[in-house]
Amino acid sequence: MSVEFSAAARKKFDEIVNQYPQRQAAMLPVLYLAEKEFGHVSPEVEVYVASLLQVPPVKVHEVMTFYTLIARQPRGKYHFQVCRGLSCDLGGCENILKHLSERLGIKPGETSADLKFTITEVECLASCETAPMMQLNEDYIDNLSEKKIDEIVEKLKNGKVMK
Amino acid sequence: MPEKIISKFFDIPNSHTVEVYEQHGGYQTIRRVLKEMTPDQVTQEVIKSNLRGLGGAGFPTGRKWSFIPKDNPKPKYLVVNADESEPGTFKDRYVIDHYTHGLLEGIMIAAYAIGAHKAFIYIRGEYVRQAERLVEQIKAARKKGYLGKKIFGSDYELEVVVHRGAGAYICGEETALLESLEGKKGWPRMKPPFPAIEGAFRCPTIVNNVETIAYVPTIIERGGEWFAKLGTERNGGVRFFSVSGHVKKPGVYELPMGTPLREIIFEHAGGMKNGAKLKAVVPGGSSAPILTADEIDVKMDFDSLAAIGSMLGSAGVIVMDETTCIVRALYVVTRFYHHESCGQCTPCREGTGWADKILHRILEGRGRPEDVDNLVTIANNIFGNTICPLGDAAAWPIQSYVKKFRDEFEYHCRERKCNIH
Ligand SMILES: Cc1cc2nc3c(=O)[nH]c(=O)nc-3n(C[C@H](O)[C@H](O)[C@H](O)COP(=O)(O)O)c2cc1C
Ligand code: SF4
Ligand code: FES
Repeated sequence: MSVEFSAAARKKFDEIVNQYPQRQAAMLPVLYLAEKEFGHVSPEVEVYVASLLQVPPVKVHEVMTFYTLIARQPRGKYHFQVCRGLSCDLGGCENILKHLSERLGIKPGETSADLKFTITEVECLASCETAPMMQLNEDYIDNLSEKKIDEIVEKLKNGKVMK
Repeated sequence: MPEKIISKFFDIPNSHTVEVYEQHGGYQTIRRVLKEMTPDQVTQEVIKSNLRGLGGAGFPTGRKWSFIPKDNPKPKYLVVNADESEPGTFKDRYVIDHYTHGLLEGIMIAAYAIGAHKAFIYIRGEYVRQAERLVEQIKAARKKGYLGKKIFGSDYELEVVVHRGAGAYICGEETALLESLEGKKGWPRMKPPFPAIEGAFRCPTIVNNVETIAYVPTIIERGGEWFAKLGTERNGGVRFFSVSGHVKKPGVYELPMGTPLREIIFEHAGGMKNGAKLKAVVPGGSSAPILTADEIDVKMDFDSLAAIGSMLGSAGVIVMDETTCIVRALYVVTRFYHHESCGQCTPCREGTGWADKILHRILEGRGRPEDVDNLVTIANNIFGNTICPLGDAAAWPIQSYVKKFRDEFEYHCRERKCNIH
């Protein structure tokens, strides 16, 4: 499979690059664009991004392995990022994580076989006033309880879209 | 009640739009600045205000601006630090969500003061909605002629670019942030050179926190002296306290510098949840040395907290009640610094790893009597021996939790169980 941006993504790429005084500075936004375009950033995509930014592939690989947010493997359609920071810990996030993990039948760090769910434990998401909390795809979900987890999981399993 | 400067916008519907911001006097100050003030005059006013960096280090903001070389022909950059990742801190999110154009007006004034024509907002990757809001509102401001060329009809031009991080706490540290902005992994740089001399793209750069910048329009509007008087000596103005943990009303509170910690917890945040007893407080984000319940009469400003061996930092106040296991709290904090160490310096990379392992062992009932002293030795060896302050940030909690709650650590190691749970 040859990796290439669609015409629309290519246009977006040009816009991004133009915002910076140096081409390499477009690295993270272009990787986000690539993630959106290809689902995740595989080694082939890294090489493609490197060619676009005119840097050696290792520079892209270094970035991909340093940061945690951009997917290197396929992730579930619903990505639960459960906060394990201090305030969330004081608020009982450990039980929330355990409960979610049981409900979905996957451990933190795992993706379900049907590619529907991924659970990741993450550090403080800067929403400590609503602890315990998590991020579900783009959105923050506040003041979690086991009941709230049940409701969310129920909805997603029935194919209802969140928000 | 003290005057709300930024937080009064939190209760106004659609306060993030240009229209509503202007209905409340927004964008008047930048117009006046561009017409009547020189860049130097702006900087002098900020110096007078005693505004200090609200991202954590508390460096006087006006003085930092004055370090930008005047004779350097290279472009200058303003970089706004919206990485907000010191655990326990969440104020910048409120500022971005509700005072969007106040922040943008602050960026315009600050950029004008340092002679920058390009500003970057480096925002943590998880703040997807906040990044979207910024992009959308920058567009709206541009449409009105408030950004771009000839802003407000003057000769001054400015572009603002939103740059999303990708999940790395260390990128909140200003030089790691600059590396990240340049498209590299976030490894902190050796200082000097400081960013004001050689920052983004090797050009003179000022890095300021979101909240710091957001106070600039009001300071210029009402005068540096007015702002200075709201706070304590050398700690100007008001600031946001992010309060979380075992309190009745966790949230952000905009209060004068120097407000007593007791007042913040027991009045503003509503006191302890479930009427429990206060055990300990971390006053300035998770790296700040911990305080016991007996130490909460301290005034919350940079100098007063430093005087009792802690720090105001990002003013993230994390409150713990009597049901809290201090050993576990330290484990959670240390695990964080271990996870987020960039790995560049051996004492930080290895030390945080060892401490993490030891604490985990203690919690699992496999602690050894010598573990308590070992933790302190590890922390002492990290402290002061690293490129960036993350090393110190990891050492402070270990040193202070063990010093102030030594009994609990010893109990865990001796009895091989928790004294609380
Ligand atoms: C490990 C580490 C993490 C930091 N994280 C942040 C952050 O998330 N946001 C921030 O504004 N400053 C952070 N800082 C402080 C910045 O290095 C810098 O001092 C600050 O952005 C300067 O802005 P100010 O003077 O307006 O506070 C961090 C510092 C360190 C050492
Ligand atoms: S102190 Fe830690 S985080 Fe900072 S540069 Fe050294 S290894 Fe990296
Ligand atoms: S600790 Fe979970 S959001 Fe801060």
